[in-house]
Amino acid sequence: MSERSTITPFEQMAAGPLTAAGIEIFQINLGYRCNLECRHCHVEAGPKREEVMSRDVMEMCLRILQTHPIPTIDITGGAPEMHPGLSWFLSRCATLKRRLQVRTNGVILLEKEFAHFLDFYARIGAEVVVSLPHMDMKITDRQRGAGVYSKVIEVIRKLNDRGYGQTGGGLVLNLVHNPGGAYLPGLQGSLEEHYRQALQEKFGIVFNNLFCITNMPIGRYLSYLRETDNYEDYMTALVNAFNPATLAGVMCRKTLSVAWDGRLYDCDFNQILGMTVNHGAPDRLSVFEWPKLVSRRIVTGNHCYGCTAGAGSSCAGRLAEIDQPAC
Amino acid sequence: MADYYEKKDLADFANIGEYSPKLGKKYFDYYGEATKAGALSAREKALIALAVATTQKCPYCIDAYTNSCLSLGISSEEMMEVVHVGAAMVAGVVLAHSTQMRKIIKKKEM
Repeated sequence: MSERSTITPFEQMAAGPLTAAGIEIFQINLGYRCNLECRHCHVEAGPKREEVMSRDVMEMCLRILQTHPIPTIDITGGAPEMHPGLSWFLSRCATLKRRLQVRTNGVILLEKEFAHFLDFYARIGAEVVVSLPHMDMKITDRQRGAGVYSKVIEVIRKLNDRGYGQTGGGLVLNLVHNPGGAYLPGLQGSLEEHYRQALQEKFGIVFNNLFCITNMPIGRYLSYLRETDNYEDYMTALVNAFNPATLAGVMCRKTLSVAWDGRLYDCDFNQILGMTVNHGAPDRLSVFEWPKLVSRRIVTGNHCYGCTAGAGSSCAGRLAEIDQPAC
Repeated sequence: MADYYEKKDLADFANIGEYSPKLGKKYFDYYGEATKAGALSAREKALIALAVATTQKCPYCIDAYTNSCLSLGISSEEMMEVVHVGAAMVAGVVLAHSTQMRKIIKKKEM
């Protein structure tokens, strides 16, 4: 099925429109090029993608950050390292003295051409977020590609050597868990404990936090759901697990997502769906207007159920405490 | 038979307190307390629940707890191990009941 017409419209379920409550995270997507082609990737990133942020758009991002009190800069992609201007851009971001984090697939940092970013991230104090969907090698490799699990373990070790993930080390290393199939993520606390124990015992490596992120029914993951006849069950699971307690913290309310071409979105998922900021707020960097953006009405759709199911989901993991996993 | 054990009925589980809301609430409070992490972890309890679900042959519970186990990062090998624990227990329970049979045989045979 292409779209569930019987699904309750999200704004109706949420008892009204969502509105932004400031901009605390400026999430910059540098482009969709990646050295991997993960099966759950909502961006459908890969080696053949050609979308890359221009220097002009990067300059615009910096000007807006310089002149507005946005505490967190969140760099994502694709693989940010494949952007030829990443070092320059991050150096400029670092001078702004904001919280700066980079979402990396990890394995690219083992390639000779990109290995220098390990030291570079440490030198500028960037927080690093690495995807490790599952503690089971088979499941991670099935989702992200053969050999990825072992490479991510190796990268975490290298990051640990540079002070990342260590208690009191000061450099933050967070991991991301995504379900390896058509089911919702479990309790973040339980999974984090499992990851921490298993990574320590098997490999002697450490991290700071585990973010559990629900797979969004868009992009490559949507294709998977449809091809395996799981789409309807998955959407039903998301809707049945709707948790109003997550609404206060959904990331769109405090995040502005900037695409490679300078267009503005309420979140990275809307970006991929082409649903720009709307309802009277400016939809591109070139006409950025702080007052309109900080209280804008959020553009929603059925995919928003992905962020509000169970404990909720965001780029920083769960949004609410629950005792039982949603299923 | 077509109306029995419909997959969509799993979502109706939340309504089992209908016609008896007071007892329904007491049940859900108890269920929630009993199954959440305590001295045993959420993972251990989900595996126990899966073993019970399969031995009791409840399709709703098997659906719910297979998903719970997947969500909690439990591997298919771990899940199959608890199914075998359940199967071994059920087999043991059946065989243990042969004691009654054997006692009767010994009493009755000349």
